[in-house]
Amino acid sequence: MHGVTNAAAAPTTYLDAASSEPLHPAAREALLAALDRGWADPRRLHSPARSARLILDNAREAVAEALGVRRDEVSFTSSGTDAVHRGLLGLVASSRRGRVVVHSRVEHSAVLRAVEWGAEADVVEVDGSGRVYDGDLVEHAIGPDVAAVALQTANHEVGTIQDVGRFELPNDVPLFTDACASMGRLPLPEGWAVAAGSAHKWGGPAGVGVLLVRKGARWRNPFPADDRVDDRVAGYENVPAALAAAAALQAVVAERDAVNARQHALVDRVRAAVARVPDVDVVGDPVDRLPHLLTFSVLYVDGEAVVDAFNRRGFAVASGSACTSSTLEPSHVLAAMGALTHGNVRLALTRDVTEEQVEAFVAAVPEVVAELRSGTGL
Amino acid sequence: MTPALELDCRGLPCPRPVIELARHLGDVAVGETLAVVADDPAARHDVPAWCRMRSQRYDGEDAAADGVPRYLVTRLS
Repeated sequence: MHGVTNAAAAPTTYLDAASSEPLHPAAREALLAALDRGWADPRRLHSPARSARLILDNAREAVAEALGVRRDEVSFTSSGTDAVHRGLLGLVASSRRGRVVVHSRVEHSAVLRAVEWGAEADVVEVDGSGRVYDGDLVEHAIGPDVAAVALQTANHEVGTIQDVGRFELPNDVPLFTDACASMGRLPLPEGWAVAAGSAHKWGGPAGVGVLLVRKGARWRNPFPADDRVDDRVAGYENVPAALAAAAALQAVVAERDAVNARQHALVDRVRAAVARVPDVDVVGDPVDRLPHLLTFSVLYVDGEAVVDAFNRRGFAVASGSACTSSTLEPSHVLAAMGALTHGNVRLALTRDVTEEQVEAFVAAVPEVVAELRSGTGL
Repeated sequence: MTPALELDCRGLPCPRPVIELARHLGDVAVGETLAVVADDPAARHDVPAWCRMRSQRYDGEDAAADGVPRYLVTRLS
């Protein structure tokens, strides 16, 4: 068998934790232990099955405790996207009012696609920092056919935190919050009926989502039922991965005060440095934001070229630009905010990023910008 | 509306229409209008964003004779 070929010889500083955080050491340890003890079908009654069931129950308990919710409010899905789809559409399926979902312009595509597929959209605009206008959200929510309001806890591309839970919604209009970008890093807001999270974004394994349905919320499974342990979800439970996700979540919650403060200061450092580069648009709320994430757009530069230029210098970053094909739409988040959509860079720090790595990135920014602008004559 | 200068950026991917806009701003006098004809979808967002960043005035969008979007910019400085 061939191994995985390392494309880049130089060690890479990974600055794309918002796409996926590397596996937390606590998750690795839990995963390896659970692979040996949690492989059997947790529905069965024999000893190996009971061992798997115990691990699954422990994972659920740990997630509930870490998030401050009830154990019976926690379901494990096959991804964050699946948690969003079934979480939101389950509110629509059981609504007595109608099938309109009021949502912000900057929701993740998982929300937008779910609404396209199984509901009707009523979109609320955002300001230049990406925050929804609260009066607009409430005004739209009182519409007669509104089944649910969907508002993210924090934006996955620009980091801006929404005031979820501070809205006076009608009593019979439930709130769905996509917490994929913030779960573990920040406490859950108040006021939601259903919430979704994604384990690989907090340092758990990929393939585990978390669906939270508040006790008493009017919600029913919008997809075909399955005869498993948990009737909110479908498919054979990935028990070892669920335990690993839970272990990572507990660890991240325990560490977050210290990690967030460190990351917040490091992002402030990069933000100030990037803002000094001419013709760079620094995007998103500077203060009320995810601690680890920074987005900026460089005028006159192609987004793919900027990712490549940083990669050649040993930095892995993401971009919301879509300059390679004229048919590709740019990031709907950047567009909604009125931000520059080309030359976009999203930086997202891992929990163990060093100050030296961040300083090296800061030093590389003007070099990369100068290199990529040199051909434009500007 | 007849702009002082119209830039044909049909077929150019982003960020080329905005680069052309920046290169040719000096070709019109202060107070005159420059038009960018571009089919790249990013131009719809990036021409106004450029105006904000470079302190020029964005005057909105109409269409060229062939229906391709045309973005209007007035030079302020």
